[in-house]
Amino acid sequence: MSPVLELDGVTKRFGPLVANEDVSLSLGQGEILALLGENGAGKTTLMNILFGHYTADAGEVRVFGAPLPPGRPRAAIEAGVGMVHQHFTLAGNLTVLENVTIGAEPLSRLMSSTAPARRRLRALSERFGLAVDPDARVGDLSVGERQRVEILKALYREAKILILDEPTAVLARPEAERLFETLRGMTAEGLSLIFISHKLHEVMAASDRVVVLRRGRVVAERRTAQTSAPELAELMVGRRVARPVREAQAPGAPVCIASAVTVTREGRDLLDEADFTVHAGEILGIVGVAGNGQATLGRLLSGLARPTRGRILLGDEDLGRMTPADCVSAGVGRIPEDRHAQGVVGEMTVWENATLERLSDPAFSARGFVRRGAARAYAAELIRRFDIRGAAPDTRARLLSGGNMQKLILGRNLAQGPRLILANQPTRGLDEGAVAAVHAELLAARGGGAAVLLISEDLDEVLGLADRIQAIVKGRLSRPIPAERADARRIGLMMAGAWDEAERSVPVEAP
Amino acid sequence: MRLERRPQPSLTIAVAAPFAAVLASLVLCAGLIALAGVNPLEAYAEMLRGAFGSRLSITETLARATPLILTGLAATVAFRARLWNIGGEGQFYVGALAAAWLGSEALAGLPPVLGILGVMIAGMVAGALLLLVPAFLRVRFGVDEVVTTLLTNFIVMLFVGMMVEGPLKDPLAFGWPQSVPVANELMLPRLIERTRLHVGLLIALAVAGLVWLMLARTVFGARARAAGLSAEAAEFAGVPLARTLLGVALISGGLAGLAGAIEVAGVKGYVTTDLSPGYGYSGIVVAMLAGLQPLGVAVAAVFVAVVFVGADAMSRALGAPTFIADVIVAVSLLTMLVALLFATYRVRR
Repeated sequence: MSPVLELDGVTKRFGPLVANEDVSLSLGQGEILALLGENGAGKTTLMNILFGHYTADAGEVRVFGAPLPPGRPRAAIEAGVGMVHQHFTLAGNLTVLENVTIGAEPLSRLMSSTAPARRRLRALSERFGLAVDPDARVGDLSVGERQRVEILKALYREAKILILDEPTAVLARPEAERLFETLRGMTAEGLSLIFISHKLHEVMAASDRVVVLRRGRVVAERRTAQTSAPELAELMVGRRVARPVREAQAPGAPVCIASAVTVTREGRDLLDEADFTVHAGEILGIVGVAGNGQATLGRLLSGLARPTRGRILLGDEDLGRMTPADCVSAGVGRIPEDRHAQGVVGEMTVWENATLERLSDPAFSARGFVRRGAARAYAAELIRRFDIRGAAPDTRARLLSGGNMQKLILGRNLAQGPRLILANQPTRGLDEGAVAAVHAELLAARGGGAAVLLISEDLDEVLGLADRIQAIVKGRLSRPIPAERADARRIGLMMAGAWDEAERSVPVEAP
Repeated sequence: MRLERRPQPSLTIAVAAPFAAVLASLVLCAGLIALAGVNPLEAYAEMLRGAFGSRLSITETLARATPLILTGLAATVAFRARLWNIGGEGQFYVGALAAAWLGSEALAGLPPVLGILGVMIAGMVAGALLLLVPAFLRVRFGVDEVVTTLLTNFIVMLFVGMMVEGPLKDPLAFGWPQSVPVANELMLPRLIERTRLHVGLLIALAVAGLVWLMLARTVFGARARAAGLSAEAAEFAGVPLARTLLGVALISGGLAGLAGAIEVAGVKGYVTTDLSPGYGYSGIVVAMLAGLQPLGVAVAAVFVAVVFVGADAMSRALGAPTFIADVIVAVSLLTMLVALLFATYRVRR
């Protein structure tokens, strides 16, 4: 049987960054293909190429055997490919029917006749089991219903191939399960589906076949029936080479203790009764697949989120009530998850970024004026000490490479000798050299007696750095296991949420 | 065709952008002037002559530039912190009104230097308080300040109309709707006798220097810029966003209010509902043409003043309507926005 959709050797570069390299995949008739990968693995870029939003540097997209002209979004739609975006593209003040038909109608007609459109919409929603009232205002619908409208919109345009970008990102669990049932039914009606995800359990539950993308390349392809969540986790995050080695070291007193911390937003528990303790001279690794509450944990330790219930203490101070500025003065070094968005102000200089956190410090300001000389000298010192390449104090931070930007952020934190260091995805998207440098600095800080909370999706990173490891799954933290008793397979089980199984296979110390 | 971000903003392009924008605006408006039955080249020559042709016209141009420098600075400070203050016009008028109200009697007994200072401060406080309200609504409830500041302008205009017809009406003005005048001894001294050029120009230039100093050299300025460039990163770094934006609002509103006070105490002496030919709105154009650089504001303000003063002269000499000036200024904002796009992005096929 010939594939309905093929990507053949697709390559896309953005400047020096390779987003997709020689990606080939094919989708069979009536198949559900999962495209699995970490954030930044190149999933979205690939779909944007397929949809003509980007032009590939090399390679070809074929739909039903016919090549798609690059760079023409309409071509994909006309060929029968529909996209359901993660963020819905519906107008809340229009009805379902209006949302579905808008843009699909010829503009030349003055009055749109709704009766045939309504009939067609009803037929579609019956045939595919997508129950929704055509006359309801989209703004009044639940998120799950809106998603159905989004799917109907694609089907109305006669899509034969549907691409769903992180379809469950906004759904509650029962809605997600219902969605997967619907998708199953749709393949029985002859549709072919690709869904993009970084959630292992979904991929295991809903797909026929999995293509794993890492750093822009296809690293593996498996029949879902012949793989497992731990194997996929390992494939997704990969194995890496030659990094600094952690030496055994007895931990000191507890520095940061969280007990039953819950963070709730809009009725959802982003963090659910989380317990952890980080000791001086210890790295505690929090490992998990993206989107399981890591961001909230990071915000909590950066002074950006407050616990709804439970307590988090730094020594005997209440870390849960601290603002970011309080965190800085209390000696919490913070390496944010997204260095471009949170770590630096790209349009400001290296020296301004080096001192922005500490502008009230008498070392860097006097009577409200910035002591530019002192600030520049400090930045020059950081550049030298932390080997920040391609930077002078007056360089704009935006121009630094990812690794050097990270060294700047590390440097401005570590130079102050922090008590507690939050390292949230500290090496995401960095090349091997920069990864090794960041690891060496974190280990040096640990050697100097700092308590380090390392949040990472990178298995090898956690295994290489952490003294103890906890997994985070849907906002909940597993019990810690010591690094000596952890291996990729057990961590994979823990990340997949199979804690009991992981515990059976490894002795677990009390939290 | 798509746009791709330039890796490094080119300094040449950044400097050339406003000039290209102005040129493009003049070219586009030439068509309109031609429609009015006038030779565009002749019209522009007449404008230049009207703005620079004589000693008197030069002083007139500089007098016009004075409030524009201040309203331009008001927009600059706010826009740098991404506080979209479109309410400069309203803040200008409440500043003017406060100046006339206090300058007519309450401050009239003071020594002139103190009295003048009092009038300026009154204008600043009034403007600052007016912007504080939308700024507070923005930081506390997320209300879009573009809408609130813009709409406040209309409320203020009605309020000014009410005041100059009512409580602040000058009883000696033969029934004309104008406010009580600022006491003579509190009027700003003239820089050149028998012209309208007054000390306000020097104040405005000094304030431009101070605003530059504030933005470029102080802790507050650094925080305001950081908040504007990346609120998320600024917040992460411990910049108190709400407090910083409220501070920015006080300064921005204060500057626009000062413009109003200086216009009253420098030129006219009293408030009418046509005191400002859109100084508040033109300040936005001035700030954008200046690339939000405080020292560039002075140059951009002179350009806008040239257009306004020159258009009057052109109209007298050639009969083309004066509102061509508004069109030129407005179009130059649009062309400047396009120019900024090309300064940041490069077009790729």
